[in-house]
Amino acid sequence: MIEKSGIPTVSISLLREVTERVRPPRALVVNRPLGYPLGAPHDIDLQKRIVMAALELLAHPVQGPLLVDFLEGV
Amino acid sequence: MKTCGPRGDEFIGEGSRLFVVDIMAKLSDLKLRYRIFMKTYRYRQFDWRPGAVLQKSLSQSRITVVTSAAFFRPDQPPFDPSIRGGDYSFREMPLGADLVTLRIGHKSDAFDHSGIESDKNLALPLDRLRELKAEAHIGDVAPRHYSVMGSISAPARLVTITAPEIARRLSEDGTDGVLLTPV
Repeated sequence: MIEKSGIPTVSISLLREVTERVRPPRALVVNRPLGYPLGAPHDIDLQKRIVMAALELLAHPVQGPLLVDFLEGV
Repeated sequence: MKTCGPRGDEFIGEGSRLFVVDIMAKLSDLKLRYRIFMKTYRYRQFDWRPGAVLQKSLSQSRITVVTSAAFFRPDQPPFDPSIRGGDYSFREMPLGADLVTLRIGHKSDAFDHSGIESDKNLALPLDRLRELKAEAHIGDVAPRHYSVMGSISAPARLVTITAPEIARRLSEDGTDGVLLTPV
């Protein structure tokens, strides 16, 4: 709906199995438990890295779903 | 190398290298009743093609967050868990919202709430976006952000009522890109 209005979106994914079925335009798969989309509470550096890794995907044109793994420590 | 239980989060040293145990959420970690629901649930796919793309560089783009953490401000009505199929309404989160005072409308025990209770930035990273703007990684943070309830089993009204209204406001605010943070 938002994409249709011309604004690109990127989702954090905590459940790859679900994201593969929903097939959103862009998703950053984060290796964390449910409830922890940006990594860890009060971990400012980790949260920023995850946010940036996700936002950078907005610049990618998508024909089909783009699923990218967030690799910690990279 | 995976060497301990599905939720182990300790680091295991081997020589000078460290291996991170896989702690990602998996359907198989969920309680049985959620597992059955999620395995059999007919996930909706929305045909978003052709997708949009940023029209300028990220360092010049205005960003909005939409989270399904069900945050609401103390001056807003809580989400209503009694609505059949899920409360499809949304709450607006102004950029200046006091994150500490936000409440959480989720009743679901399918996930651990303690992280977002102790740090709202974990799902609504307004402080992080402000920092990224100050560091010139992004252009701007939108004036309004949005919170919806997750676990909406009947999403039709979310798609036909809530999403278009949020999309309208995003355009009104000149948003260039959206970060979606499910919990």
